[in-house]
Amino acid sequence: MSQDQRLNDAKDEQGTPQHATLRQELPLLVGMMLVWGALWQDFAPGNLVFGLLISLLLVRVFRLPPVILSGRFNILRAIGFIGIFLWDVVRASFEVMYLAIFRGPRTTSAVVAVELRTESDLLVTFVGHVLTLVPGSYIVEVDRRTSTLYLHVLNVNSTQDAEKARAAVLKIEERLIRIMGTKEELAALATEKSSVSKEEG
Amino acid sequence: MWDTIIDVIAGTFMILGCMMSLAAGIGMLRFPDLLSRLHAATKPQVLGLLLLLSALALELRSWSVVPVLILAWLLQLLTAPISAHMVGRAGYRTRHLKRETLVTDELAAVVAAAGEREDHENVTKPSTDRTDFID
Repeated sequence: MSQDQRLNDAKDEQGTPQHATLRQELPLLVGMMLVWGALWQDFAPGNLVFGLLISLLLVRVFRLPPVILSGRFNILRAIGFIGIFLWDVVRASFEVMYLAIFRGPRTTSAVVAVELRTESDLLVTFVGHVLTLVPGSYIVEVDRRTSTLYLHVLNVNSTQDAEKARAAVLKIEERLIRIMGTKEELAALATEKSSVSKEEG
Repeated sequence: MWDTIIDVIAGTFMILGCMMSLAAGIGMLRFPDLLSRLHAATKPQVLGLLLLLSALALELRSWSVVPVLILAWLLQLLTAPISAHMVGRAGYRTRHLKRETLVTDELAAVVAAAGEREDHENVTKPSTDRTDFID
């Protein structure tokens, strides 16, 4: 997908906003149906069908531009990812707690630019969410044209620390591409890995 | 027997969850500037709320509340990064930060370049809206 296309994907040639098709909105509809069930604490079929009808009405009234999915999802890697994510959250929460109590005003930080490999808005959003939820970094600014994230990282004392933070973000992106990236992104990742291992070997 | 074990686990989770909120409060007081305080203001509840909701699920001993608790946590996961980003972005733009606490700032050059380009455009074409930097 070209960059200009990506910037314009919410609008067609006449400049009118595009609407998602029913098929593109299916994950959203299922999600809204489950939220309805959870709020009623009732997952009986009748209640779910009613929730689905309300979701359909909502996505018709409040139309959204389409979210472009890659068409693949690796559930095993997703489960592993959730495990790693929860562990990261626990570890980093205690780290921030330690910093708050013992370092306090002497804590130094940095604003680091990370250029992601992916061009997909959905993946950029996911990477941003995951790295913000793990304590220690959050996004200050996003450049959608080049998929660059500018993040504020806590407890950076040297340029090596900044490089470490950058590598951590790229690692999160790599894991997410393996879960839900397109085939092209996977192939690009594989060639990148093989060239790195050649350089090291 | 089992009730006691579950009570103890739930109690531990609650204390740990409260400690996370305490850490957030200490962080708000002690970190040097807005950008680093945001870390304390937005993050520790991710774990703190998870621990408190788990404790709630254990104590209520009813499966029907579990989806609601998961939903509450997921909504927190969705909204916390956005609020952190919006406040951080506004804070950076309005220069509510202490430069001396930053080891590197790779955004400063980009913002300066965009500002210069905007000034240049304002001289030549006053009415163009700037869409080339950061949508």
